[in-house]
Amino acid sequence: MALAVVKPVVEEPTPQQKKAMVAIDSVTMSFGTFVAVEDVNLTVADGEFLAIVGPTGCGKSTILNAIAGLLKPTSGSVSIDGNRVSGIQNDIGYLFQQDALLPWKTAIENVELGLLFRGVGTLERRERSTAWLTKVGLKGFEQRYPHQLSGGQRKRVQMAQALISGPKVILMDEPFSALDIHTRHLMQNELLRLWQEERRAVVMITHDLEEAIALGDRVAVLAAGPRSRVINSFPVDLERPRDVAEIKLDPRFMDLYRNIWASLRGEVEKSYERRD
Amino acid sequence: MNVATERFIQLGLLFAILGGWQLGVSVGIIDVFFFPAPMDIFNQIVSWVIDPNFYRHVTITLTETVLGYVIGTGLGVAAGVWLGLSRSAARILDPFIKGLNAIPRVVLAPIFVLWLGLGLWSKVALAVTLVFFITFFNAMQGVREVNPVVLANARILGAKRSELLRHVYFPAAASWILSSLRTSVGFAVVGAIIGEYLGASAGLGYLIAQAEGNFDAVGVFAGIIILAVFVLVIDRILDVVENRLIKWRPNASEERAA
Repeated sequence: MALAVVKPVVEEPTPQQKKAMVAIDSVTMSFGTFVAVEDVNLTVADGEFLAIVGPTGCGKSTILNAIAGLLKPTSGSVSIDGNRVSGIQNDIGYLFQQDALLPWKTAIENVELGLLFRGVGTLERRERSTAWLTKVGLKGFEQRYPHQLSGGQRKRVQMAQALISGPKVILMDEPFSALDIHTRHLMQNELLRLWQEERRAVVMITHDLEEAIALGDRVAVLAAGPRSRVINSFPVDLERPRDVAEIKLDPRFMDLYRNIWASLRGEVEKSYERRD
Repeated sequence: MNVATERFIQLGLLFAILGGWQLGVSVGIIDVFFFPAPMDIFNQIVSWVIDPNFYRHVTITLTETVLGYVIGTGLGVAAGVWLGLSRSAARILDPFIKGLNAIPRVVLAPIFVLWLGLGLWSKVALAVTLVFFITFFNAMQGVREVNPVVLANARILGAKRSELLRHVYFPAAASWILSSLRTSVGFAVVGAIIGEYLGASAGLGYLIAQAEGNFDAVGVFAGIIILAVFVLVIDRILDVVENRLIKWRPNASEERAA
């Protein structure tokens, strides 16, 4: 079996050669005198799964919030499907790290929120959200409140909630970091399955390099903050569909891991030094 | 200790206190001028309860309480949500609100009588001033403590401002508001009673004031007990309402089962 030779490539077109869905153009984000990220350039093709890894506190979430329109870049610009982002974006799906479900709404009411805000009629809303709950394996849990669901089930509801309106871009901020390892594997496979059905551009933030390689088409490495920037970008040429638990045993996976870790390790060490 | 035993002890305590009291009166240790016999108080209550005229007083006090409560909490929730959302308005109005809240409400009663007369509305006004601030501070706190992640999520899902209010802010503030609604019931009653006590021609407060004017301790005690029952009944109703409204909140027994 030939080992894939992986070279770091800063910006390489994806195999699909599709149009850029998300374009981040020399974005700097600062809060007062603190510069979180500086001069970040990234493009995500339509249907591409980009995973961004970096040491803690490097401003990963800041980039995501700039794409979502929750934060405004200090300089530079972000565009989605050619339209410049200004203010909250509604054609994105955002999977939060924390519980973002509305605790006073049942599973089905949470799932249908996006449709409700878009003015979709009651019947269609019910129909589509029931279908989505079935899709994420929660048939029969429609009338449960979030506190009556397990952590994994709440994540499933959140996935259905974020994806039901068919967003152009899916943003994920360490979505599975709060789950235990088995649930995490399950959810990662679930996510891949859903994404495979209808490929969208994905930007996923994680500090877990294994997760980044197992899920992504490409892994971008961020430098230690402050003044973080993209230092490397590695294409992941592992075929799909993947099983996240099994793929970790693939020698190509381990090569990639070694390569990317060589790049990431220095940054992680730097971020620890700065904190001391 | 099981529930039956606890109930039994509660009953025992009640009988011991009332029995001792009654006994003290019978043997002459307790002066009935200051502490009337429990049997007399009980007879007074019975004679009121079977008298149709008595319900006129109850109805009036109840009307004042409910009106004061509804108007006070309504205004409190509206103002609290508004100032919870608008930080600048909250900062500007803050000293005024604190100043108004610092006024002992009882001293306002004569002014309300002056403005609104001896009828219903002067009592309602007093109840409103008592209830308003409790609900107001709770509603403001509730809106401010909305989980920012939930808020960001709703905004990304496409919620407009009015939808945020309806689907995020109000429900998030609801448990705060509801807990204040419980506290404020007592205050609504206090407002109505004090108003009646200071000047009225009907109502439970008027009954007590009248009994006091005649040095009729039996009447005063009977009135106090009727009032306590009155508040307990309202509190019980709110309990049911609260459980209806926030059924999404985990309660203790469910938490243990999960």
